[in-house]
Amino acid sequence: MAGHSNYVPQSAAAKWLESRLPVISLIRGSFVDFPTPKNLNYWWTFGGILFFVLVAQLLTGIVLAMHYTASTAAGFDSVEHIMRNVNFGWMLRYLHSNGASMFFIAVYIHMFRGMYYGSYKAPREISWILGVIIFLIMMATAFMGYVLPWGQMSFWGATVITNLFSAIPLVGEEIRTFLWGGFSVDNPTLKRFFSLHYLLPFMIFGVALLHVWAFHTSGNNNPTGVEPKSKQDTVPFHPYYTMKDLFAVIVFMILFAWFAFYVPNYMGHPDNYIEANPLVTPAHIVPEWYFLPFYAILRAIPDKLGGVVAMFGSIAVLFVLPWLDTSKVRSGTFRPLFKQFFWIFGAVCVGLGYLGAQPAEGIYVIMARILTAYYFAHFLIILPLLGFLEKPKPLPASISEAVLAKSGGGQPAGAVAAPDTK
Amino acid sequence: MKRMVGTVRTLAAVAGLVLAGPVLAAGEPPHIEKQQWSFSGPFGTYDPAQLQRGFKIYREVCSGCHSMRFVAFRNLAQPGGPGFSEEEAKAIAAEYTVEDGPNDDGDMYERPGILADHFPSPFPNEQAARAANGGAYPPDFSLLAKARAAHRGFPNFVFDAFTQYQEQGPDYIYALLTGYEEEAPEGVEVPVGQYYNHSFLAANTLAMAPPLSEELVEYTDGTPMTVDQYARDVAAFMMWAAEPHLEDRKKIGFRVMAFLIIFGSLLYFTKQKIWRNVDH
Amino acid sequence: MAQQDTVEPTRRDFLYIATGAVGAVGAGALVWPFIDQMNPDASALALASIEVDVSAVEEGQSITVKWRGKPVFIRHRTAEEVEEAKSVALDDLPDQLARNSNLPADATATDEHRAAPEKEPWLVMVGICTHLGCVPLGQQGDFGGWFCPCHGSHYDTAGRIRKGPAPENLLVPPYEFTADQTITIG
Repeated sequence: MAGHSNYVPQSAAAKWLESRLPVISLIRGSFVDFPTPKNLNYWWTFGGILFFVLVAQLLTGIVLAMHYTASTAAGFDSVEHIMRNVNFGWMLRYLHSNGASMFFIAVYIHMFRGMYYGSYKAPREISWILGVIIFLIMMATAFMGYVLPWGQMSFWGATVITNLFSAIPLVGEEIRTFLWGGFSVDNPTLKRFFSLHYLLPFMIFGVALLHVWAFHTSGNNNPTGVEPKSKQDTVPFHPYYTMKDLFAVIVFMILFAWFAFYVPNYMGHPDNYIEANPLVTPAHIVPEWYFLPFYAILRAIPDKLGGVVAMFGSIAVLFVLPWLDTSKVRSGTFRPLFKQFFWIFGAVCVGLGYLGAQPAEGIYVIMARILTAYYFAHFLIILPLLGFLEKPKPLPASISEAVLAKSGGGQPAGAVAAPDTK
Repeated sequence: MKRMVGTVRTLAAVAGLVLAGPVLAAGEPPHIEKQQWSFSGPFGTYDPAQLQRGFKIYREVCSGCHSMRFVAFRNLAQPGGPGFSEEEAKAIAAEYTVEDGPNDDGDMYERPGILADHFPSPFPNEQAARAANGGAYPPDFSLLAKARAAHRGFPNFVFDAFTQYQEQGPDYIYALLTGYEEEAPEGVEVPVGQYYNHSFLAANTLAMAPPLSEELVEYTDGTPMTVDQYARDVAAFMMWAAEPHLEDRKKIGFRVMAFLIIFGSLLYFTKQKIWRNVDH
Repeated sequence: MAQQDTVEPTRRDFLYIATGAVGAVGAGALVWPFIDQMNPDASALALASIEVDVSAVEEGQSITVKWRGKPVFIRHRTAEEVEEAKSVALDDLPDQLARNSNLPADATATDEHRAAPEKEPWLVMVGICTHLGCVPLGQQGDFGGWFCPCHGSHYDTAGRIRKGPAPENLLVPPYEFTADQTITIG
């Protein structure tokens, strides 16, 4: 990462620090001077947006933890205390609860961007796999965070999800009891979820740094999928992408603020404003929206173990995606057939999300089964076959050539070197 | 190859049908009308006079069975609420009897309420509440307006995010309070101790007798003393009880939005300037 | 980049400065809720007053009650204690201010200004040593009042500091006798 730094320490103090801990050149090399393809579009800003949302969640979460009480007796009341009494407590809590949804909106767009442009392909497999690990930790974190307010959906969501583990043959029951720390979701469960909910985001932060390290070693992918060939194909990260990302973050914040300030309970479920009651199950248990596609896959399989395997399998398949896609061409832009299947796959995921929110009966179950089958077929059949069947469009020779073709001539690319002179 | 594209398109069409289909399925849940509320929309504020009327109804009608344990008397004088003065709130508090203690002898004792006290509950615990109400538990009022909502379904729930529709709770409360019917329609069995209500979400009948009737609560400001008006007022009051910082939230939200749009525009031009000489 | 050797700022410089300034204002405004959330919340601020029935406190006895999480000493002093407190000259006191929340800040530390108005035997004080916050022990020390064992501060029978490191007299909280035998603190 530090290899790209143009940093030459000037002052005596800077030289002293540089020879002992080259942290300034590390940061300069990674986020200032780092050569970035000049043709990244706005779909690429979601990495920066995710970094912003992660930090926002950490900050609001840390201050909420100053007021929250992790106990079945006081948990629900302490959340109401935050909402009513703590200075700006309602705002911090709405930002945090809606922030989770924003995190998933951004991460799904980020993942689909990676799929469309083939960002998972060699030499970026490790970065992709680290991303899938982040996604898994995010899901665990979000799930445990949803339990903390100790409302009806918290309690019953926790019960249903922990019961998934009882499907494991032989030791399932023991694992479930171990997760609960008792014989049902209760105080010990809530307290360990709180502890882990606080811990895991820091792990996300750590894995995210590895994720960045990995694709900074290989260099960014870009919309053409053609690797940068010369200096004319790249620009320094700062100020070009710092400002573009910052602009995108602000636009994303408008969406965030819309939800947090005007429709703060839109993403939530009304039943979570009822305190947890282990004796009464809500008529209709649904997870948060971002789990719905996976929930639909779980319910599509009429077998307890099979459903759990399918659900975890739907994420596990992402780990091997780099090797399932056999096409030599990276970017979907030059893959006419893949492009169509990509959008169908997107629609299937949305469809699964819709079905996850419907009651598990009748036509809904049948549709969920069809879509689940298609979900797996996309990865296991369509992608491997497409590489052989599809005839890709010709690739541009370089990023600069592709850019010139798009803008229809324009200035010579030599202007890149001196963008800010008057 | 062509045939494959065709298959793909057919599949897509099927998927589209699937998404449109489910609206036809499922039973007939009660239809909850949208009402006009002063607190809806991006600039909505509570109407203090309405909240005071709603509070009067809560106090004289509902509080016999329904607790409101998260609301304190001091909240009555809090900005963005019913607009009682601190003296008025103190006087209201003093009219309630609150259990305190233990005293030096180890006994609990009763005293008049003060601002810091929360509204006392009509029953000591859930079991007592159920025993007194034929097995049904009158839910706590403090969060009810956020804890109840009719299912919106597709595509309404998509529009709701854009129209900022967040008043499902009060709409439902209003519908429920005005949804009682003396005569149940044919084929609906009304068990003893139950009442027919066409708006109740969980079933056709519920254990709460129609709580409101014409001229039940005296209004001194000339507002009509009808069930319809009572239902509106108490629903608005319950929304405030559930979301006491709504006005602050919308006010700060507007400032945040204004800031983001200004800062975002400046950033856009800054970004454009920086990228001006780069083909991308 | 923006700092170049031109005499007047150009339009581009102005744009950069304006963007930076607006961003700085936003960041500043964003920080405030994160700080303010640590201040006492509305429920803590509301727990202002308690009522204490002192009818059972005989002459020479004290009780300690809790107010805002702190001990408050209520002492029914004997005639000798009152006499002793009255006999001290103001000049002999290290802290000559009354430290009574019910009186103006510049009131002097006479016994009348320390004790309950028109009920001189009664003394109501926050039982927190003004040195570093320990709870002093009653009827101990060189002056027959209170003695803080932590660092050896001696208070007299009117709760005034006489010897030791504490800088101020024990604080008298806002209170009043709302009935003959009832004190409302706060």
